[in-house]
Amino acid sequence: MDGGYGSRDSSSEKFLKGKFTPEKNVAETSGEDSKRTSALDSSKAAAPASAEREPGEPEAVSSEAFLRYQEETYSGKEPLIELRDIYKIYYMGDEEIHASDGISLKIWRGEFVAIVGKSGSGKSTLMNIIGALDTPTEGEYLLGGEDTSEMTDDELAEIRNKMIGFIFQQYNLLPKLDLLENVELPLQYAGVPAAERKERALASLDRVGLKGKWKSFPNQLSGGQQQRVSIARALAGDPSLILADEPTGALDSKTSREVLNFLKKLNEEGNTIVMITHDPSIAMNAGRVVQVMDGKITFDGDVKEYAAKL
Amino acid sequence: MLQSFKMALKSIWSNKMRSFLTMLGIIIGVASVIILVSVVNGYMSSVIESFASMGVNQISVNVTNTASRVLSADEMYEFFDENPDLFEDMTPVVSVNMPLKNGNDTMSGTSIRGYSEAYLNIKDYTLYTGRNLSYADCMAEQKVALMGYYTALTLFGSADSAVGEKIKIGPNAFTVVGVVERQDEDELEEGGTDDFVWVPYTVAAKMGRSTNISNYILTSVSTDNSDECTDTIETFLYSIYKNDDYYTVTANSELLDELNSQIAMMSTMLGGIAGISLLVAGVGVMNIMLVSVTERTREIGIRKALGAKRAVIMQQFVIEAAVTSSIGGIIGIFLGSVVTGVIGNAMGISATPSMGAIALSFGVSVGIGLLFGYMPASRAATLNPIDALRSD
Repeated sequence: MDGGYGSRDSSSEKFLKGKFTPEKNVAETSGEDSKRTSALDSSKAAAPASAEREPGEPEAVSSEAFLRYQEETYSGKEPLIELRDIYKIYYMGDEEIHASDGISLKIWRGEFVAIVGKSGSGKSTLMNIIGALDTPTEGEYLLGGEDTSEMTDDELAEIRNKMIGFIFQQYNLLPKLDLLENVELPLQYAGVPAAERKERALASLDRVGLKGKWKSFPNQLSGGQQQRVSIARALAGDPSLILADEPTGALDSKTSREVLNFLKKLNEEGNTIVMITHDPSIAMNAGRVVQVMDGKITFDGDVKEYAAKL
Repeated sequence: MLQSFKMALKSIWSNKMRSFLTMLGIIIGVASVIILVSVVNGYMSSVIESFASMGVNQISVNVTNTASRVLSADEMYEFFDENPDLFEDMTPVVSVNMPLKNGNDTMSGTSIRGYSEAYLNIKDYTLYTGRNLSYADCMAEQKVALMGYYTALTLFGSADSAVGEKIKIGPNAFTVVGVVERQDEDELEEGGTDDFVWVPYTVAAKMGRSTNISNYILTSVSTDNSDECTDTIETFLYSIYKNDDYYTVTANSELLDELNSQIAMMSTMLGGIAGISLLVAGVGVMNIMLVSVTERTREIGIRKALGAKRAVIMQQFVIEAAVTSSIGGIIGIFLGSVVTGVIGNAMGISATPSMGAIALSFGVSVGIGLLFGYMPASRAATLNPIDALRSD
C-alpha cells in the first residue's frame, strides 16, 4: 500500500483519482504540488508504495527522520500552523498543571494530521490553542504567519472566523436555526452580505449532500447528517484549516466511516485538516499522526510508522 | 442589526411563557404609569374646569382689620375708577345673616348676599327673566332682590311667576326684580349653584347694622396682568392701612397656578410610584436575561467559536432584552389606555392617556431593557468560548 511521505512532493492528481486509498498521505493532494510533478509520476502512479519514496530513503523512518524530511520538503514554505515551544499552565491550588509542556509543531498546507492522545493527555488544550480558542501561557503560536499568543478576544474571534472551520464531536449546531442559517453563521460574522451568504451556504450544503434539506432543523436530522451540516458550516467560510474535534465521537461505525471518508475527500481537494481524537484507529485515516501524552509530543510521524508502532 | 432583531424575536417566541412572564412586569408597570397619570390628570382637569368657571380673572379683597381704619365703599369705587385699564368690574360683597322665609319654613341653604349691579357680569350669568340689580337700587337702597332659578322655583313654584313677588329676609320685605338663568344643568338642589338671593350691597350692609364693607371682588381686564392688578390694589390698601397684615388680596389665577403646580407634583409623585414598579419589572428582565445567558452558554460558545465578536454577542442579548421589554411596553400602553378609559367612565371624568405619558413609559420600558439587559449581555459577551462549549 501507498502511504509514503515521498509522495508528498510528487502528488499526481491522476493517481489520486485513479487509485485512492485511505492510508495514503493526504498532503499529496495539495493543488500546488501538482506543479512539481516530476518525471517519476507516471511510474509512481502504478507502482507500489515503496516505489514512490525518494531514492535513498529508508523504508521505515523514525519520527526525527520524518520531521527532517518534512522540513526539506516544505523548505521555503511557510507552515500554516507553527507552534513554538508552547506551554499552557493551569494552577489547581498550589499545584502547577502543564497541559502543554513545551510543544513545538509545524503543519503545512494540504496536510491531514491526527492529534492522538488519551483523555488528560493535553490534546484538548492543544486543540484549543490550534483553534485560537485559547492562548498559550508561554511560547508562540503562528497561524497563517500571524502570532496569536498575544491576541485579544476579538482578534482571536476574527482569526477563527477567517482561518478555521470547526467540526465538533457534538456537532454544535444551533437547534433554533434551520440548516441554512446554521451554515450561514460564520459568513454572517464575517460580514458577508445576505444574498452572497445564502448562495455560499447553499453551495456548502450541496457539498455535503444536504442542499435539499436547508429548511430543516438540526433535530430533524440523524447524527451523521448533523455532522455533515457541521462540516458544511466549517467549509462555508472557506477556511485555511479544518479543525475536527472527535468528529466521529458521537457516531456509529458506519456513519463514522462516511464522515472520515468525507474528510479525506476534502483533504484530497486541498484542504488542511487537523483532527483531534483519542482513538488510534480513527487516527489511521490521517496522513500524519501526532501523539500527545502528559502535555508533550511523544510521536510525530507518518501514519504507517504510527501503525507499525502500535 | 436586523439579524439581531430577528434572532431576538425568534428567541422570545420560542420561550413564549417565560417571555410573557418577563413582559408581565413591564406591562403592569407601564399600564399603571399610564393609568395613574391619566386618571389624576383627568380628575384634576375637571377640578380646574370647575375652578375656572368661578372666574379666573377675579381678584378678592378681604379687609381683616375693620376696627382701626374704615375703608368705605366710596373710596374703593374711587380707586376702581382711577384704574380703568386694569379693572373691568367691581362689587362689594356683604353677607346677610338673616333667614329667608318660605311661608313658615326657613330656606337655610340659600346664600343671601349683597352685591352691586356688576356682579351678574362678574359671574358671567345671564338673566332668565326680569332685570338685574341697578346702580340706582344700590344708591337708593331699594329693597329689591335677584334670585337663582332653584330659589324662585322653590318659593313660587315657577321661575316665570317670581318677578314682582315679595320675599322676606329677616324682618325685611324685598321685591323680586329678576331670576337668573339656570346654571347647573344636572341637578337643582338646596345650597346649590342655583340657590341664592342677591340684594343691593347698601341694603345688605344696613341690615348688618354696619357700614363697614370688608370684602370686594374685582375683575381684571386680562388674566395676564393679574400680578399688576394685585400689586396696585395692595399699594392702594397699604396707603390706607400702613400695615399689610390688615388685608389680603387674592387673585384666582394665583390659586389656579397653585392648583396646577400641586397637580403636577401629585402626578409626578404617583407616576414615580408607578415608576418603581417599572424598576422592579426591570430587575425581572435582568433576572430572566441572566437565566437566558446561563441556559444558552453553549450557544454563545458556538457563536464565539465561529467568530462572533464580543460586540455581536452583546448586541444580541441587549437587543433581546430591549425587544422583550418594549413589546411589554406596547402591550402595557394598550392595557393602560383601555383601563384608563374604563376608570374615566366610571368616575365620570374624561381621562385620556396623554401622548407624553405614552412616549415616556414606552421610552422607559425600552430603556429598562437596555439598562438591565446590559449586565447579562456583557456576561455573555465575556464568556470564554472553551468553557462555554464545554457546558451542557
